[in-house]
Amino acid sequence: MTPEFAGGQVVIEILYLIASVLFILSLKWMSSPTTARHGIWAGEAGMLLAIIGTLLRQGLHDYHLIAIALVLGTIIGVPLGRVAMTAVPQRTALSHAFGALCVTLVGSAEFYLRTPDISRFMMSVLSVEVILGGLTVTGSLMAAGKLQEILPQRPLTYKGQNFVNFLLLAIALAIAVTLVLNPGQRSLFPFMILLALTFGVLLIIPIGGADMPTVISLLNAYAGLSASAMGFVLDSKLLIIAGALDGSSGLILSIIMSKAMNRSFTNVLFGAFGQVQTSAAGAEVRPVRSATPEEAAAILSAANRVIIVPGYGMAVAQAQHKVRELYDSLTKRGVDVRFAIHPVAGRMPGHMNVLLAEADIPYDRLVEMDEINGDFPQTDVALVIGANDVTNPAARSDTTSPIYGMPILDVDKAHTAMVIKRSMNPGFAGIDNPLYYLDNTLMLFGDAKAFVGNIVRELGGGHA
Amino acid sequence: MNSSSNLINALFIFVLAGFIGFEVIRRVSPLLHTPLMSLTNALDAIAVVGAIVLVGEHKSELATIFGFIAVVAATSNIVGGFFITDRMLKMFKSSRPATKPVAK
Repeated sequence: MTPEFAGGQVVIEILYLIASVLFILSLKWMSSPTTARHGIWAGEAGMLLAIIGTLLRQGLHDYHLIAIALVLGTIIGVPLGRVAMTAVPQRTALSHAFGALCVTLVGSAEFYLRTPDISRFMMSVLSVEVILGGLTVTGSLMAAGKLQEILPQRPLTYKGQNFVNFLLLAIALAIAVTLVLNPGQRSLFPFMILLALTFGVLLIIPIGGADMPTVISLLNAYAGLSASAMGFVLDSKLLIIAGALDGSSGLILSIIMSKAMNRSFTNVLFGAFGQVQTSAAGAEVRPVRSATPEEAAAILSAANRVIIVPGYGMAVAQAQHKVRELYDSLTKRGVDVRFAIHPVAGRMPGHMNVLLAEADIPYDRLVEMDEINGDFPQTDVALVIGANDVTNPAARSDTTSPIYGMPILDVDKAHTAMVIKRSMNPGFAGIDNPLYYLDNTLMLFGDAKAFVGNIVRELGGGHA
Repeated sequence: MNSSSNLINALFIFVLAGFIGFEVIRRVSPLLHTPLMSLTNALDAIAVVGAIVLVGEHKSELATIFGFIAVVAATSNIVGGFFITDRMLKMFKSSRPATKPVAK
């Protein structure tokens, strides 16, 4: 933009370049827990340099207002950084909403500052920016509301839902095309934003809790891509890079999540997984074998190898610290205890790892599905705590099952499977789990936290 | 002419950064997917630079108000995002001695 590259300009661009490098290093260091904390420092340093560089720009005069905004943001940010680990999924969704809000607002302001003298390309990118940003704002708020259980977690569906959604998006895109061809029609712009915001709400309404890991990742990708589009509009290389990094991260996670559920993106977004529960409910009551905490403790203490399979139920019951006590007391007895982590266990990618790490369980005891699945046949006890669909053997064998083809943890292949569960009600996706009726399965009925606590007490290692 | 070469430059940067992102993030251990997401979220809040310019230049009332809210939203992501990522990563401990790198 500037005809001559003033000295100050060069300094700013170099600061941005260093910041970009630091951002890439930051992500590179996330590859292993041993280097991951360097990644944060690199990210923070990059951010600081970028903000300093921006404040050095010519043409800024209202530093007062900038300072107030930065302080206000910090005041809001600190409590958001201090939430309990169990609230991390909703916090993440909320931060996607904030990021997208920033992008949408900046895009809208730029629209009014630049139109009608705006190139067609610029207007196209700007439309991408605000449509993606807008739908991410409301979509993420809806996701956060569902995760916080302010909104019902069950999917809400109605006839013609997908048609209505597509129609809204199509109208928004039509307005975008009109604006590209004729940027003078500024009065259309608010409608485009409004449609994007509405589309975001409607997109998340039919999505159930079990699909949250995929949806959060997808919203992450959208937030990144809209920020990248903003980089195009502002001609900021740093922003293009940061947005592209965030976008590819979200995209990779979405791919991993949807593979782990054996479903396509479109299926997640438009399939309304949870609605099968109505048809699945009311199946005949089959007998199960159940056990008391004393019996469970006796079986566990006689075992050599135990694999614990945690799920969202463990998070809901806040049972991770009791699970840690169980881990300690079994390890003390010489039992080999490991944890099998399904990629979609919980409500966001990596959810279980964070909760177990919070409870001080060493991370080398947390094993991914593909690595641990072969070990179940040599395992004495597989203890399922609050997980359901990810252990459902119907996914392997029953072609009529809605989750057929989804990779699962082969809990049923262990010598004994024990499942802690509140009752025989079907799980989140509402699908009956044949695991519960197997001869080598023992049902442990009760609250996860209380039941694990009772087992620990029986083992004689608890504090209670 | 100038603006179209800017555009091509920007596209090059976008595509290459996307590739780097893919290659780097593919290697992130699934163990750390949650902190990865909160970290990329904090980095993404670099959008704050665009918002700061809007507030600082004060070109119109609307732009300033939008910019102000945008700076607040992005800053809360930066502060909250780095903070919680750090808290999470501090929790990840190995049962092996800390000096030994993880096998593989």
